[in-house]
Amino acid sequence: MSVVDIVDVRTSFGRLLVHDGINLSVKPGDLLAIVGGSGEGKTTLLRHIAGLSAPTSGQVRLFGERYDEGSYRERRLRRQRFGMLFQHGALFSALNVYDNIAFPMRELGGLHEDEVETLVMSRLALVELDPHTARQMPAQLSGGMVKRAALARALALEPELLLLDEPTAGLDPDRSAGFVSLVRSLHDSLGLTVVFVTHDVDSLLALANRVAVMADRRILACDTPEEIMCLDHAFIDTFFRSLRQHDEPMTPWMR
Amino acid sequence: MKSRVHHAEQLTPPRIEVTGAGFALHGHWTLACMRPHLHTLRRDLASSAREISWDLSAVERLDSFGALLLWRAWGQRYPEALVMPGLLINSFERIQHPLEPEPPAPPHRVHSYLARVGQGLLEAGSHVRGMIELIGHVTSELWRLPQHPREIPWLETSAAAYKTGVQALPVAALLGFLIGIVLSYLSALQLQNFGAETFLINILGFGVIRELGPVLVSILVAGRSGSAITAQLGVMRVTEEIDALAAMGVSRHQRLILPKVVALTLVMPLLVAWTSALALIGGAMAAKLQLNIDIFNFFERLPTVVPLANIGIGLGKGAVFGMTIAMIGCHYGLRVKPNTESLSTNTTASVVSSITAVIIIDAIFAVLTRTLGVPR
Repeated sequence: MSVVDIVDVRTSFGRLLVHDGINLSVKPGDLLAIVGGSGEGKTTLLRHIAGLSAPTSGQVRLFGERYDEGSYRERRLRRQRFGMLFQHGALFSALNVYDNIAFPMRELGGLHEDEVETLVMSRLALVELDPHTARQMPAQLSGGMVKRAALARALALEPELLLLDEPTAGLDPDRSAGFVSLVRSLHDSLGLTVVFVTHDVDSLLALANRVAVMADRRILACDTPEEIMCLDHAFIDTFFRSLRQHDEPMTPWMR
Repeated sequence: MKSRVHHAEQLTPPRIEVTGAGFALHGHWTLACMRPHLHTLRRDLASSAREISWDLSAVERLDSFGALLLWRAWGQRYPEALVMPGLLINSFERIQHPLEPEPPAPPHRVHSYLARVGQGLLEAGSHVRGMIELIGHVTSELWRLPQHPREIPWLETSAAAYKTGVQALPVAALLGFLIGIVLSYLSALQLQNFGAETFLINILGFGVIRELGPVLVSILVAGRSGSAITAQLGVMRVTEEIDALAAMGVSRHQRLILPKVVALTLVMPLLVAWTSALALIGGAMAAKLQLNIDIFNFFERLPTVVPLANIGIGLGKGAVFGMTIAMIGCHYGLRVKPNTESLSTNTTASVVSSITAVIIIDAIFAVLTRTLGVPR
């Protein structure tokens, strides 16, 4: 049973064709990276998965169902089974970090405020933020902390699937390595399935166990990172060039 | 195309089974799955004795909320008779030693009446200071620019004039025309009682040209352009665009504020003339229908009963009101803090204060010009 099934998806914005027959499926436990050049529609694909936009034709199924399938309650329930980290965090600027993380729990209802508190603080600990950040406003946080707080909010309901849009963009290498190992440990301890879009080769190799390469409006290949790197294609060459030039293994997989 | 509808696996709801020895838990003990059954689950867990045995081996998924509920039911420790797959222990570990949240900062409470007055004064003082700074910056830019003609923001000024002036023409016309009709109609009804029909032209002429035209347009523009100016500058503050300008050495006062102030000051008198003209046309048409005053006759008599000075006063007021609205809009726009709440507060404050300021300035005008343009 796949977590996400993308079948024959075509997307066009006006006359601009972005996706031309995309097929992809994500299995439980996958750490799938979507890579591709700018404007290849990676973020759009992620938004399709989250049900924030719909393809022009074809199907996107999440947990086996289309985003518009089922009653209002069922659709809502389905949305509670995944968390999404937006590229710029998208924290609610009028709420402090604590209330941001508590928001999905309070929306769900039925929780006592002291339970919300324990859960919020455990999420903060999970993303390695200090307790005193809880009372800060998003505008007071640094870029890396915004990402962490947004990740904590995405994890608020302990979703089965985590969608990350450029999780390491705008972070310095040190922070981005920390973020990657954080997501990896969450994957191991929570049994998450993760789909992420990235431009960053280092985070890709450190995190992904499968890579989908988008080029020419299609999925060029979807395989393990080692297999992908052996492929002969102009985009893959340029994408991994920085590594090939170093000519030294950077992660255990490449040894 | 494969269009067979896949049905999602049904997530088995959490369930407590009472066995001979104690409780056996089944299903998905996750927040979303427990939500519909939360009330019963809480009740059943609360009624359980801690000493009984617990069997968690049939639990398919346990998140930290599920763990939290059980942990509390167990009185913050593992029961002695517990069967639990090793994997689930992660969930318990996450919630066992929660970080202590910092107590929320005590709300800044103002105790005494005096302190509240003082705070209000400080707040008002910061507005006055900000406004004076703004006026100073705009004046110094106005002084500096003629010496550096290359830096004059022609494009921005003309764009602002188009947005605040030209695009406001249709709605201003509609507003003026309808108010003209209403005013003329209501006055005509009263004047008929006294047989003083011809004075309708005096009333309309004075009322519209001197008072109603400028004030109506100001309220319209404050709502339309004042709010837009505040929102635009506010969002530019939120997205750090204003800082980006400053980093490139471009003065925000020169590029963002001056064009708006100049454009509104120039455009408002024109809008006032346009709106007043349409109000008079509307009034004349209503007068024709109600009192049978010939339209041609109406406009022929108008200059003889309303001295020319009134047009000057009306247009002058328009210019001052336009400048006020733009300055207040910019002032509040620059005070926006980087969050949505502050943006909405400042936009509201901007519109409310510009309308208030316009009416106050109007009253001052009325006093200062009480001897001007009034036939004796």
